[in-house]
Amino acid sequence: MIRDITIGQYYPSDSIIHRLDPRVKLMGTLVYVLSLFIFRGVPGFLAVTAGLVFFIRCSKVPFGYMVKGLKAIAVILVITAAFNLFLTPGEPLVSFWKFKITQQGLKSAGFMVVRLAYLVLGSSVLTLATTPNQLTDGMEKSLRPLNKIGIPVHEVSMIMSIALRFIPILVEETDKIMKAQLARGADFESGNLIKRAKSMVPLLVPLFISAFRRANDLAMAMEARCYNGGAGRTKMKPLKYARRDGAAYLLIAGYFAAVLSLRIWL
Amino acid sequence: MSIILDKVNYIYSQGTAYESHALRDVNLQIGDGEFIGVIGHTGSGKSTLIQHLNGLLKATSGGIYYNGRDIYEEDYNRKELRSKVGLVFQYPEHQLFESTIFEDVCFGPKNLGLSKKEAELRAFAALRSIGLPEEYWYQSPFELSGGQKRRVAIAGVLAMKPEVLILDEPTAGLDPKGRDEILQQAAAMHQESNMTVLLVSHSMEDVAEYVGRIIVMNQGSVMMDGAPKEVFGHYQELEEVGLAAPQVAYLMHELKQHGLPIDTGATTLEEAQASILQVFSGRGRNQQQGTKQEML
Repeated sequence: MIRDITIGQYYPSDSIIHRLDPRVKLMGTLVYVLSLFIFRGVPGFLAVTAGLVFFIRCSKVPFGYMVKGLKAIAVILVITAAFNLFLTPGEPLVSFWKFKITQQGLKSAGFMVVRLAYLVLGSSVLTLATTPNQLTDGMEKSLRPLNKIGIPVHEVSMIMSIALRFIPILVEETDKIMKAQLARGADFESGNLIKRAKSMVPLLVPLFISAFRRANDLAMAMEARCYNGGAGRTKMKPLKYARRDGAAYLLIAGYFAAVLSLRIWL
Repeated sequence: MSIILDKVNYIYSQGTAYESHALRDVNLQIGDGEFIGVIGHTGSGKSTLIQHLNGLLKATSGGIYYNGRDIYEEDYNRKELRSKVGLVFQYPEHQLFESTIFEDVCFGPKNLGLSKKEAELRAFAALRSIGLPEEYWYQSPFELSGGQKRRVAIAGVLAMKPEVLILDEPTAGLDPKGRDEILQQAAAMHQESNMTVLLVSHSMEDVAEYVGRIIVMNQGSVMMDGAPKEVFGHYQELEEVGLAAPQVAYLMHELKQHGLPIDTGATTLEEAQASILQVFSGRGRNQQQGTKQEML
């Protein structure tokens, strides 16, 4: 159950997307997210869907595996849809009791759900097809100019990569703690909201303690290896662009131009 | 009372790139009051196996029967099964959470729906039986040493009065003294209450002294199953899969190869000592008899 969280997890495979330079993938994800918020109407929707399907197919990650990641945001999706559906003013389509569903509401609810779902799917292509190490490298390199205005780019990307790296570890830990407490007769599933919240205590206390212990151990291990930030640190495998990366940049630019022109002219 | 496993298979993350076949056609029968050691290398499937026994993992295929009832039946009460088959995991840190040790041990019995008084009585008895001095009982469980934490974790499961007790790597990370204490306690519990006890370990030395039966797991299937004597007789095969028989077994085989007529089935130091002494005292007597005859 808890293992279903796929956000931030790497899925090993040998696809073209896996081999791309992480900077390209970061840029691609950014562009894709932008395109999700500028598309309008059915043609735009078709374009972003085509883009998403293309990326997912290229990454060779099974679609079923990715969709599992949507479960985590199912509640948000439902709430967003409900708000848009009932609270958008306009021509009433159906109305009952105090609620009325308008045509505009239906439309905006539909698009909002699509936007959010695609946002999660699109960005999970990035994390599923990029190892946390590569991701940090890419981020650090792309954001390096920000160093000049005093933003500690290396430190921030280090924090991000550690956070990403720890998601699967903590998920596994949660799984183990859950099992240990289930073996003592704990019940995480039945009862009302208050009872269920209370039943989380035997899960959260050991989880927090272990997270702090791990953080402490990691800090110690980093210091023992003389880690002192990004200044003067070299890479064993520096990032280098290959020909396919150039082609990918062109493709991304083409995609963006297509979505943009659909928005302007249609 | 018994546990029967019938062709149990388990596959982790089926259908993804992480797929791994953790159990392959495991058939086992665990009788009442047995003291069993489950041995295997890291990743041999021993931890996966024991999580099936109390229904934490559901077999991909195959069946498990507890006291003759199929635990995968729709209306089977798996929560009750978990109180009957008590499983103590390797890391006590994964289950200790209350502010005092006593309250933590009460958690299990309380989950069984017992009254506060009854739960406290059981916690009291459980803490007594693991031999933790009373002055610790109202301290935080996080201030204890590794061995003490592990004992408190065992008490937390014992307080549910299980019929079967499974200890997953109870000696990992303990010093020799802590190790012996835990193992002796497990043996004592088995003897006093005739509980079925399963001891999971990757060390032969740990279990040889105490258990009556050893199950050797390798790559997800049962490789050997028998009394320690039989299992250690195959010490060469054990070595091939990265395990080792107790050092005593090697010594006895070597002595035999050098022509000493001893019993190679000895698995503990005491047995070996007795066996060697017997051979030598037998020889001594023969020699004495010889000299006596000469004198006559």
